[in-house]
Amino acid sequence: MADFRLSDIDQQILDKVVEVGNSTVQHTRYYEDHEHEFPPAKLEGEVGFEAVFPLFGQRKPDDTPLMTFMMAVSMARGSTNGVVRGLGLGMPNGRAGGLGNAALQSAGTAEQKAKWGNLFLAMSITEPGAGSDTKAIQTTARLEDEEWVINGDKIFVTDGVRADGAIVWATIDKSAGRAGIKSFLVLKDAPGFELVRKEKKLGIRASDTAAYAFRDCRIPRDQMLGDDETVPKGGGSAAYKGVMKTFNMTRPAVASGGVAKALGALNFARDALAAEGVEVDWGRSFNQRSAPEQKLIEMEADTEAAALTVLHAAWLSDTRQPNNLESSVCKAKGGEVCRTIPQAAMDLLGGMSVSHDHLVEKYLRDGRISDIYEGTGQIQRLIIAREILGYSSEELT
Amino acid sequence: MITFALDEEQSMIRDSLQGFAAEVLAPAARAIDESGEMPADIIKQGWDFGLIAASIPEAYGGGGGERSCITNAVALEALGGGCASQAVAIMAPGQFVGALLDFGTAEQKAEHLPRFAGGQPVAAAVAIQESQFGFAADAQRTTATRKGNGWVLNGEKRLIPLGDRADTFLVLAREDGGEGLGAVGAFLVSRDTAGLTVSTENGTQGLKPVPKGQIKLNNVELPGSARLGGDAGIDAARLISQARVGAAAVAVGLCRQATDFAIPYARERVAFGEPIGKKQSIAFMLADMHIECETMRWMVWKAASLLEHNDPGAVKASVLAQDYVRRKAVKIADDALQIFGGHGFIRDLPLEMWLRNARTLTVLDGPVSV
Repeated sequence: MADFRLSDIDQQILDKVVEVGNSTVQHTRYYEDHEHEFPPAKLEGEVGFEAVFPLFGQRKPDDTPLMTFMMAVSMARGSTNGVVRGLGLGMPNGRAGGLGNAALQSAGTAEQKAKWGNLFLAMSITEPGAGSDTKAIQTTARLEDEEWVINGDKIFVTDGVRADGAIVWATIDKSAGRAGIKSFLVLKDAPGFELVRKEKKLGIRASDTAAYAFRDCRIPRDQMLGDDETVPKGGGSAAYKGVMKTFNMTRPAVASGGVAKALGALNFARDALAAEGVEVDWGRSFNQRSAPEQKLIEMEADTEAAALTVLHAAWLSDTRQPNNLESSVCKAKGGEVCRTIPQAAMDLLGGMSVSHDHLVEKYLRDGRISDIYEGTGQIQRLIIAREILGYSSEELT
Repeated sequence: MITFALDEEQSMIRDSLQGFAAEVLAPAARAIDESGEMPADIIKQGWDFGLIAASIPEAYGGGGGERSCITNAVALEALGGGCASQAVAIMAPGQFVGALLDFGTAEQKAEHLPRFAGGQPVAAAVAIQESQFGFAADAQRTTATRKGNGWVLNGEKRLIPLGDRADTFLVLAREDGGEGLGAVGAFLVSRDTAGLTVSTENGTQGLKPVPKGQIKLNNVELPGSARLGGDAGIDAARLISQARVGAAAVAVGLCRQATDFAIPYARERVAFGEPIGKKQSIAFMLADMHIECETMRWMVWKAASLLEHNDPGAVKASVLAQDYVRRKAVKIADDALQIFGGHGFIRDLPLEMWLRNARTLTVLDGPVSV
């Protein structure tokens, strides 16, 4: 029956995860200020995540289900102010991979997976004129002499500078809307491909973000993901739906990143205020508390609430139940607290919270993206509203 | 382990109570609220589910089931989804029984529990609220002072659910001039005790038809055995936490009901040529209402679960759940009313009743407990 306690081993793992996260804190400010530099694979004093792996072997079948627990791990890790690296999804060869690797695994053919599985692949969907409304993308691909010829511009490619290549969305039939959209593997040495720039950002600066240009960029015909070149009538292609389904798994993960930054800011504010003699007395009623006490309680309640929605969405996935709606719910909540809680933490701490002497201001900058990428809070609300009102994406826009 | 699963029995209780709430409580809610009278028949029908008797040990004639805060939270949400007032009237005696189960001595249990195991509804009440503005459970003005082996109680208690008819009151009081929740004790006071005056409450904004009483304690002399828990006393933080989470659970049910009521209206009501549900300003309000209904439930479940397992984090989780639900539940009820515009303000529809009930539930330290 419903339970929210962790086993001893799971608690040990989370403690270790926090240690891993904290081990790079000393380098954080450096990579903030030198954002053109990629952090090395291992920083001085860094405790690698591999230190946690042996503990996983001690988990028992009746411990928290794995996806759910990994969300708790993600929140614990991100709540530290360690260097925020790229997405670092695992690849078969043990190297870190990007979002494109996830797309390859979910939509690629067996041959494609075998051939490109060991490449670091970014995901390239967004364009200057098309963000959340992905079916509006303008990049085109046309077949010519057994090659796809791609034309267009892409932005906001996470890991796009360091990746070996990217899974690129392009339409093979603009009149078909989302049904015409296919994804293509483009390696960086393809003729006509250009890495235009690395973006300068508010936060997550150690994670690179690229802009690409495709000018008659030519790739072999077999580099379309999957092998379905047809344009289905009505609705999206299988590949499009496949990617949308991937979001049900990745949204809780991205939401956990937002909750993590809220949690970090909350912890920072709580500890800093405690050092100044301000602490929550949990035995006092609402109208007996000081304003900072009440604010801390509200921040903790909001953060906890968001964390529970993330765990719930993951738990549904663990127990093989649909989590479409719930992954949007948790993404909306994670996106909310990544903004409100670091902002409130700075209110409580006052003027010195802006100083680069301290890392609290970084939670606001690093967290802020969580309400934008992988679907803004508004997109999540749109998805939720359609679902509960029974409207299609055409009926409620 | 973290899990959101309910066991088979809990799912069964939820399903049958949801049916009862939809078929019996919800249709009766408006008439009961207008008249201000809680029908005995409703309390009896609720009683017949055996929710209160189920956790009373077999030795006292009960069902001998586990005393589960999660089960109570699930039950309170389900009933609250039909009508918060009726939910409170049905479940209020459970607060008294729960306190007895948690803290009572063997003698106290033997004296009080058997009558709650029978088929006829029994009214007993926990007296928490006091008359002063700015009341705080941890700063009780009602005092209990030791006198020989016994106690003398003085003070005033208000808004006691079923207090107009309760045969026994469990009165919270500050013991011997101590401070904070640690100094709060609970005393079993029979209705006919000398120095105790009971009267019926005036009306209230929300939970209007819940029968309520007030008591005055004027040098009420009690034997030592009247102190709940005997020498060990009670854990008042736990008792109050269970009450706060109980009220929050009812509020979650109310919010789900209000949200589910507003959704079809937003599809039907046309303005400027299209249903208002197709406008993002309304659609996003509904999305937020849905989001927070879900989120509040998990906050309530977490607190209830930690309370159930006597986890050291239980009091904190209860404060967080109470705080969260207080902020969100009133907003949801208020937004639901807003979606109906002027119609929400008219007493033909339940919106204004839900707003009053949400506001009342979340400002009281719980007329029901998990």
